[in-house]
Amino acid sequence: MPRPQPRFPEPDTQPFWEATKNHELKYQVCTACSKVVFFPRRHCNHCGSVETEWRTSKGEGTVYTYSVVRLNRHPAFRDLGAYAVAYIDLDEGFRILSNVIGVADPLMDVKIGMRVRVKWEDQESSISLPLFEPA
Amino acid sequence: MVSQRRDAAIVGIHEYPLRKAPGVTPLQIKAESAARALADAGLSWKDVDGLYDAQDGAGMSGLSLSEYFGFKPNVIDTTAVGGSSYEFQAAHARRAIAAGKCRVALLTYGSTAASGMVHIGTGGREGGGAPSPQGNMTDPWGVTLIANYAMVAHRHMHQYGTTSEQLARISVATRAHAMRNPEAVKAMTDLLFENIREITVDDVLNSRMVADPLHLLECCMVSDGGGAVVIASPEVARDCRQKPVWIIGTGEATKYVENGGDITVSAAVQSAPPAFGEAGVRPDEIDIGMIYDSFSITVMCLLEDLGFCKKGEGGQFVSEDRLHFQSKLKPHINTDGGGLSSNHPGMRGIFLLIEAARQLRGQSTSQVEGAKLAVAHGNGGQLGGTHTGGTIILARD
Repeated sequence: MPRPQPRFPEPDTQPFWEATKNHELKYQVCTACSKVVFFPRRHCNHCGSVETEWRTSKGEGTVYTYSVVRLNRHPAFRDLGAYAVAYIDLDEGFRILSNVIGVADPLMDVKIGMRVRVKWEDQESSISLPLFEPA
Repeated sequence: MVSQRRDAAIVGIHEYPLRKAPGVTPLQIKAESAARALADAGLSWKDVDGLYDAQDGAGMSGLSLSEYFGFKPNVIDTTAVGGSSYEFQAAHARRAIAAGKCRVALLTYGSTAASGMVHIGTGGREGGGAPSPQGNMTDPWGVTLIANYAMVAHRHMHQYGTTSEQLARISVATRAHAMRNPEAVKAMTDLLFENIREITVDDVLNSRMVADPLHLLECCMVSDGGGAVVIASPEVARDCRQKPVWIIGTGEATKYVENGGDITVSAAVQSAPPAFGEAGVRPDEIDIGMIYDSFSITVMCLLEDLGFCKKGEGGQFVSEDRLHFQSKLKPHINTDGGGLSSNHPGMRGIFLLIEAARQLRGQSTSQVEGAKLAVAHGNGGQLGGTHTGGTIILARD
């Protein structure tokens, strides 16, 4: 069973997910106040302006915090074994929820402050999911 | 001390006794609890002119609940902000009463989360409902509700050196209170808890890990349940059966995931100062801390953010001789057994008000001698993400 997928129509996050098809991690910057807007939305959550521009992240960042999930009854995750969920602080200044993969043992090998980079996991629904692996 | 306003008081309370109530609906729990809380106050069904509801019973709740109960209220408030809804509603009820818009406000709660097999903590996000920006940026990564709180705990440990042993002390004190509360013992029995007894720090650390670093015994139960609270004007309160428990300070706030923000800081840093300021009391004067214990880490963060100790010093704070009802130091917390060991049907906020009122009346099963001041702080939503904080300061005459 696949993971829960983003669902559309949802105009605020649609551009973010469209870009993942090209393995591009997009975020917004407000052209009025220059602050980063994330999660994606039409207006700037700092100043209310609707003038924002999309930029592409390098996909590199730091694990801000994490947990290793031992029990998730959702069918997509139930049989996955222990897996790490984390907030990642991207170098461009936005924080995204994701998973840390590509470690031998998520219980031992994920640390706060570790450097990570995006690793795309293509989905059957044609979007791609940004996950993160040690940089 | 500035003079405290006595605008409204909790005059009636009821906690629905069962935590496993098959064949009963949330609406029935609400109605039965309403009748019993009114009887507790010495008031009657027809006295209610303010209806407060967290939309837990039915759609268009302000309308449908009025009809179901049989009320024609002058004030309707359906604030639904998760587990802290009842602290928000208590604040609103006090303001409505002070403004003369109603005299007797009724807050009710009913839930059958346990009988309905709702996996609140471990269900993951199902991706149900209408598409939303937040859902689309959360659902695919399999973060359970418990993992959300666990991420706060990890960060707290990283920033401040907090340990699992320190967090476990919260579970230990709470279980000790639960063992003195027959309804909590029955709750744990009916919900098939193992080893229903007082627990030690080692018991907590040896219980299975659910989402690192949170162990099973640091997580609240999922129960059925509910209750009701009646809040009345000073004129009504004067003639009630029970001694009034005055609402002397309130605060409401929200918090989100913020780019570059500190996940260990909750909405309480915004809701507590106006509440304490209005009450004219300091955190160190508070006898009873009814502090939303969805998880051990919730209590740790909230103690800090309410101002009981400095940010990051919660680990040391809970390691001193406090929390337990017979501890030397204040505050004594969650004396009913908390969400960890007595009652958590999803939105625990109403029980914080109920047990705080019991303490200030002298009716708790773990009564703190001479308790005069209490804080009830509800946390709604998820601590490591979008959440609310509602702070209520309560005093007896």
